[in-house]
Amino acid sequence: MAETATGSSTLPITVEFTGGLELLFGNERKHNVALPAQLKDGSQPNISYLLGYLVDNLMQDQRKDMFIMEDNVRPGVLVLINDADWELEGEEMYELQKGDNIVFVSTLHGG
Amino acid sequence: MRARDDLSMENLEDSCASLRTQIAAIEAQLEGLKRDLANAEAAVKSEADSTGKPHEGQNDAGNRWPLLPEEYKRYGRQMIVSQIGLRGQLKLRAAKVLLVGAGGLGCPAAQYLAGAGIGTLGLIDGDTVEISNLHRQVLHRGKNVGKYKVDSAIEALRELNPHPTYIAHRTHLTPEEAPAIFEKYDLILDCTDNPATRYLISDTAVLMGKSLVSASALRTEGQLIVLNNPPRRPGEKDGGPCYRCVFPKPPPADSVVSCADGGIIGPVVGTMGVLQALEAIKVLTAPETDTAADGSAPHEAPVMQIFSAFSNPQFRSIRIRSRRANCAVCSAEASVTLDTIASGSTDYVFFCGSATASSLLGPDERVSPEEYREKHPLINTRTNGEPEGSHTVIDVRDKAQFGICNLENSINIPISNFLASAPLSTADLKASQLPSWLPSELASPESNEPIYVVCRLGNDSQIAVKKMKELGLDRNGQRYIGDIRGGFRAWREQLDPDWPEY
Repeated sequence: MAETATGSSTLPITVEFTGGLELLFGNERKHNVALPAQLKDGSQPNISYLLGYLVDNLMQDQRKDMFIMEDNVRPGVLVLINDADWELEGEEMYELQKGDNIVFVSTLHGG
Repeated sequence: MRARDDLSMENLEDSCASLRTQIAAIEAQLEGLKRDLANAEAAVKSEADSTGKPHEGQNDAGNRWPLLPEEYKRYGRQMIVSQIGLRGQLKLRAAKVLLVGAGGLGCPAAQYLAGAGIGTLGLIDGDTVEISNLHRQVLHRGKNVGKYKVDSAIEALRELNPHPTYIAHRTHLTPEEAPAIFEKYDLILDCTDNPATRYLISDTAVLMGKSLVSASALRTEGQLIVLNNPPRRPGEKDGGPCYRCVFPKPPPADSVVSCADGGIIGPVVGTMGVLQALEAIKVLTAPETDTAADGSAPHEAPVMQIFSAFSNPQFRSIRIRSRRANCAVCSAEASVTLDTIASGSTDYVFFCGSATASSLLGPDERVSPEEYREKHPLINTRTNGEPEGSHTVIDVRDKAQFGICNLENSINIPISNFLASAPLSTADLKASQLPSWLPSELASPESNEPIYVVCRLGNDSQIAVKKMKELGLDRNGQRYIGDIRGGFRAWREQLDPDWPEY
């Protein structure tokens, strides 16, 4: 486990869940997350890494497919990187920066 | 023979009502035509005005002003706002807007649009008013419970503003009818409550060249997005994105929560409906964009508004993508067309799926409320004095629902606890590492009392039973664990008519 982070420094970001996704994460909307600043292969953590991290460390509900399907966010979930759709930022390959705000929004359908 | 008389009386009344409705519809249509004529005449006049010919002292007083005297007073407060002006007011009066859904979003949206003087407002909804709608669907009155929502809404809208033409479509939107209905309108508002209809509305709006103001809400949150704005033909990249550009795949049906199941705070959905009316007014009164030097019209980048009542800040604007290059509807590679929609080969119900019908448990793991009561009578007056049928009832509804009404001596363990607990290994079981939320008296190996699980409708209770068996609480079948079939809804029907229905 010690080898997940080769560098000693961490990368602090905030992660938010809305639209009902917070129910999968202990009913907490906002989480402060410290990722390793560098992964063992020398790369920087990207959104793809974050997804795995959240499932392993933050998600409480056991129904993983309510959040992740086929190693990606499930259909109907928007990922926002600093208030922009992740599709404008490189999707799961986006490399996280210190202080980034990542929001996962489940679409609502009621009316 | 009384009954038969009553029956034919009823028939006559029905046909009177139907004739009255038809007359009202034709009158509304006539009014609309008159207004169209007035608008056309006004347009001719303002065209002439803008070419600089003074009309002062024109002999025909009826043509002197484009609005009726009452309309100047009625709309004055919005007309003096520079973004609207007389120009905007005339556009609103000439506009035809369709609201799909006359519920929590549609009511406030329609109310503000009618108030603002939209020329023609169409409402489509096949539902009737229920008492559980009234806390948020603000156009409907208690006396209209049971009436079509569109009729109830139009009744209130007419009282508010008699000028617009109101058109009632008393049906749910279907793929067969959608194009013909949309054709009569300039702008569409999606005020519906399910993914299949949302895709149908967006697809039809794109293919009919209409912009779409789409909103949704649940619990304490709402979302709003203006789609296909500007409206462009499929393949034209400068058109606004459509619903499929943003959500190319529908969410899994199990993840879709309705207001009936998840709950909704009235002003939350109201806020979103009011914002829809505002966006509609903005779209309808937008100045004609000056075509830029390169021929492209400058347009604001598409955004989605997210409202979260209990967050700070409450509103959040997020930048979203533009048209998707391989969108199934609005790209050059489109596979969805008016033909595929009308023929049914674009199958919305199939596309969005339906939540898996829940029968996780076998018949021997379920009891009806009546069977439960037979086994465990309410007042135990058996002579042997033994507290016959000692047992445990676990209520897996969430805390808020448990707080509304609960059975005496039932234990509340919300379903979220069960869903959060990982499957245990046999080692865990041996070490009796049971989850901390499980009351120790239930977990104690001495206890063999049966456990009954109950919830609102009888779905979550089955999940909980399965989980408890996985945890080994049934002692390999020595202890009965089952659910109460149909939950508290069935409980109310079979045992206790006073049980609150919420």
